[in-house]
Amino acid sequence: METERRYSFGGRTDGDSRPEEPAPEAADEQTQEEAARVVPDDAPVDIEGAFRDSNVQEVLDKLDRELVGLKPIKTRIKETAALLLVDRVRTDVGLPAAVPSLHMSFTGNPGTGKTTVALRMAEILHRLEYIRKGHLVSVTRDQLVGQYIGHTAPKTKEILKKAMGGVLFIDEAYYLHRAENERDYGSEAIETLLQVMENQRDDIVVILAGYKDRMDQFFQNNPGMHSRIAHHMDFPDYTAEELLEISGLMLEEQQYRFSQEAEKTFREYIELRIKRPNFSNARSMRNALDRARLRQANRLFAGGGKGLTKKDLMTIESEDIRASRVFQEAVGDGEGEGTDER
Amino acid sequence: MKITQGTFSFLPELTDEQVKAQIEYALDQGWAINVEYTDDPHPRNTYWEMWGLPMFDLRDPVGVMEEVQACRDAHPNHYIRVGAFDSTRGWETVRLSFIVNRPEHEPGFRLVRQEAQGRNIRYTIESYAVAGRPEGERYGD
Repeated sequence: METERRYSFGGRTDGDSRPEEPAPEAADEQTQEEAARVVPDDAPVDIEGAFRDSNVQEVLDKLDRELVGLKPIKTRIKETAALLLVDRVRTDVGLPAAVPSLHMSFTGNPGTGKTTVALRMAEILHRLEYIRKGHLVSVTRDQLVGQYIGHTAPKTKEILKKAMGGVLFIDEAYYLHRAENERDYGSEAIETLLQVMENQRDDIVVILAGYKDRMDQFFQNNPGMHSRIAHHMDFPDYTAEELLEISGLMLEEQQYRFSQEAEKTFREYIELRIKRPNFSNARSMRNALDRARLRQANRLFAGGGKGLTKKDLMTIESEDIRASRVFQEAVGDGEGEGTDER
Repeated sequence: MKITQGTFSFLPELTDEQVKAQIEYALDQGWAINVEYTDDPHPRNTYWEMWGLPMFDLRDPVGVMEEVQACRDAHPNHYIRVGAFDSTRGWETVRLSFIVNRPEHEPGFRLVRQEAQGRNIRYTIESYAVAGRPEGERYGD
């Protein structure tokens, strides 16, 4: 409810300003509303209704459906959602609910779904009305740190302004702090961030992401940052089984499918791939599938294109995967180690 | 004499809540917001000083309100306006513009007469606040 609130407009003194006296009805309404807010202790609380209204279940289901594995993360997200929901119901019955600090850090190996979860997080927080807009602004060091003295703070502030009402996702956040160079402007960006993270908790949620060991190092060097982040989530690596499921989802998305033989071969491929260097979980799967598609296209083309059906266009055969260098090197005992797998 | 200009010139001053709501509307339309200030009240003074760069790609009015407040703090006795620029092809112009801050005391304008050739008189107006004083010294801040 909006009562007459006069706002100091450079203290203008002109006669034609709005009336000074507050409207008497407005004041009455306020006391009435306050009276209604005193709810007896044994009043029933409709937490399910609030849950239904927020449509959070839909996002949580989507999260369950589209993200394979990640048990600890999903549990954590559900807990957060529950906390926010309870807070909302508490405010409804007139109990105080402190605005919880929801800044997070996502640590985990490459390809474990940090960015995807951040996107979902923005959506969930938006549904629960913790943030107003629900967009995700994804940045790295370049967008926050300036190139000369006095450039960093405005640059960081500009990004923060863009992220207001949503989630600021800082990928590879450990680059912000360069321990070896104390004159690096990164610390200025961190300072600006900290200030906003502390003072404008209801305007913005900051999520820092990066590899576990380097983030740990980063937090050690920036204890202020560590203490302002309430939720530290560690993304586990996927198991071979989960990776297969993820690949299945990826293929489905692009309207492809494995033949029965191919699925078996791909399972073998995953087992071998996990052991190789530069393994980056779901991202490696995506790359492997992209290459399989390439070989499939090549195969169809080389076959002269006679008697092809729609099914052929959609099916990835075992040989498309078998041609991968991962198999050859498994036999040849890891030749060309460290290079990109083909 | 209260100087008026822009979209809500015929309304009483907007409260902060109302300013915020207008900015939110502009952002929802995809317009870029900029904050400008001046201490020259002449009606033909079109190009005001810019407070920072125009703010593109914002989603929430909080960031703009911060800039407005920062500009008010730096120039409490200046005119400050918020403009919303529409970059859509065919428009490419300011779609919304309104004053969010004004000097405490606005003395208004005086009529200046100039005797020209023959018995002609040329008329013009001059702000009492300006009256030969340089920028930044006109409204006593």
